[in-house]
Amino acid sequence: MLHIVNKSSFERNSLKSCLNTIDDTSIILLIEDGVISAANNVNSYMLADLAADSRVFALQEDIDARGISSKVADNIKLVDYAGFVDLVVEQGTAVSWV
Amino acid sequence: MSTKKFIYLNRKAPYGTVYALESLEVVLIAAAFEQDVSLAFIDDGVYQIIKGQNTDGIGMKNFSKTYHALGDYDVNKIYVSAESLEERGLSVDDLMPLTYEDEDDDWAEKTSIKIISNVQLTKIMSEQDVCLSF
Amino acid sequence: MKISIQINEGPYQHQASDSAYQFTKAAIAKGHEIFRVFFYHDGVDNASRFTVPPQDDRHIVNKWAELGIKNADGSDVELVVCVAAALRRGMLDESEASKNGIDGNNIHPAFRISGLGQLIEAGIQSDRLVVFGD
Repeated sequence: MLHIVNKSSFERNSLKSCLNTIDDTSIILLIEDGVISAANNVNSYMLADLAADSRVFALQEDIDARGISSKVADNIKLVDYAGFVDLVVEQGTAVSWV
Repeated sequence: MSTKKFIYLNRKAPYGTVYALESLEVVLIAAAFEQDVSLAFIDDGVYQIIKGQNTDGIGMKNFSKTYHALGDYDVNKIYVSAESLEERGLSVDDLMPLTYEDEDDDWAEKTSIKIISNVQLTKIMSEQDVCLSF
Repeated sequence: MKISIQINEGPYQHQASDSAYQFTKAAIAKGHEIFRVFFYHDGVDNASRFTVPPQDDRHIVNKWAELGIKNADGSDVELVVCVAAALRRGMLDESEASKNGIDGNNIHPAFRISGLGQLIEAGIQSDRLVVFGD
């Protein structure tokens, strides 16, 4: 299952709710303002363990647009839109935390 | 037509935005397609099915009564997050009594609402083919 | 793979439509079939042929429209606007305008108005459905 989070954890609770609901095989993709959660900040702990398990992805284009490419936290994998498509194809049902 | 498992993920309170109303409109249309339908109310979505909504003062239609029709449409898997209720100081008694008549049990009236833990929600989510988020 | 898209927000205010467009373009480039793009909630505003952005900005409506005439295997990408959501927000095609006695219409010809059943059908017929919203 692919969980897509598009809001900053400073603005909404969608990342928190998503984390409450994922199983051992789910992966998380951060897009739009969701990529703010991919940067090193006080909320990074929320994703650290999952990232260490290679289960957190962030959309490169959205990271670049927001000027935070040098701030990406450890172990977060970057994908482009083509990679986004691959994740949707490979990971089964997509859940958007809009 | 094949049957798929659809879940409707409702995370927003009613009236402040139109998502709750238009989500309900999808669910009612979807019933005609005879798919396996579940509704999940989590986060502020739990306020969609709370008792005692009165919209007289805001000039908007009170659509909360429509949720009572879901049972007639064979939509009887209504999952509500226990954690979301608790965080908001709510309990099952604050929710509208949404029911359906069980055709396999001599049309006995049963509750459609299941209060579930995050662990249960995780399992239910993982079984779905399509997730529509509102 | 057959993929469908649901867009819940209008153009420019939210990134949803842009993200969905970039995703759709990438999916087509990879040889996937986009079965349908369904515009719901304020997403219906993506279909206005009266959209006039400044010259140095992207034209989201036209971008979707151009995608509509060149899909992966030559088939059209279906750009479907929910009728109930559209009428509510003053988005009308010729037929709805005349039905409602309104002397104008604003749906871009690359889009078509249809019912919510089209969203459910997209969920049933597609291998994946991806929602883009606020």
